[in-house]
Amino acid sequence: MESLHALFAMGGYAGYVWPAYGISVVVLIGVLVVSVRQVRCREAELERLQGPRRERRGSPAGAGS
Amino acid sequence: MHRYANPARFLRLAKAILPYSSGLAVLLLGSGLWFALVGSPADYQQGDSMRIMYVHVPSAWMGMVCYVAMAVLSAMALIWKHPLADLLARATAPVGAAFTLLCLITGSLWGKPMWGTWWVWDARLTSMLILLFLYLGYMALIDAFDDPERGSKAGAILALVGAVNIPVIKFSVDWWNTLHQPASVVKMGGPAIDPSMLLPLLLMAFGFKAYWVTVLLLRGRAEIAAQKIRVLRLAQVHASSRGE
Repeated sequence: MESLHALFAMGGYAGYVWPAYGISVVVLIGVLVVSVRQVRCREAELERLQGPRRERRGSPAGAGS
Repeated sequence: MHRYANPARFLRLAKAILPYSSGLAVLLLGSGLWFALVGSPADYQQGDSMRIMYVHVPSAWMGMVCYVAMAVLSAMALIWKHPLADLLARATAPVGAAFTLLCLITGSLWGKPMWGTWWVWDARLTSMLILLFLYLGYMALIDAFDDPERGSKAGAILALVGAVNIPVIKFSVDWWNTLHQPASVVKMGGPAIDPSMLLPLLLMAFGFKAYWVTVLLLRGRAEIAAQKIRVLRLAQVHASSRGE
């Protein structure tokens, strides 16, 4: 409990250390999430465009989001 | 047809590497964060504010590493017309910009308690801000043309010209008087930093590298898919304009 308080207090620099780490985590996870979404979205669209040329797999073309 | 050659080998490779690079990133960044925040001592001069270094310095390194990679890939794209080099240069830019932005923000948060100011217009800080603008300029330029190939070419030239900024950043602390402290890890005669502080720094640095590889593979896949979509759309337009 004591050490947890010390961790949060950061020797009086909590107002600088925690925002620095917080912003880093938010930015890096943000870039990752945007990149993953972009891949999913584009590969799904590619699948949809290529769809009619391949074997239909039960689902009508254009059903993918 | 070579320009639209299916980069199947990259896609296969990306699929094989992705689980390892992402796993490594989680492992390194997890342990790195623990050592950075809990498992390492506070600095005898700067106290706990020094812990900002463990995100600040690796971010700065990555901002420069990504730029060098982008410039080399751009050169490959210009000289050999390697289609994959161009895609990977495009994929690297936003990651490098994110790291450079983090370097500036965390540096500001470290500068306030240590120097008494959020920002000074000195050589190291200003050249790092220029690096951010180079990334943003590159990202704006590659999408500013109707023809993506022209955008890539313009972006590649900007990336190469801007590469002159990299040695300026690296040596700015030696060339000019600055508030920023000189290099203490990558320097002649080995690092001047205690092993207990070097460990979290290196864990975070390699964690950032693994993160970069992971995002680069994902974004590379997205760029390849986008290019295939463009080719398919063009083919459809040609087919329909010939009359069905």
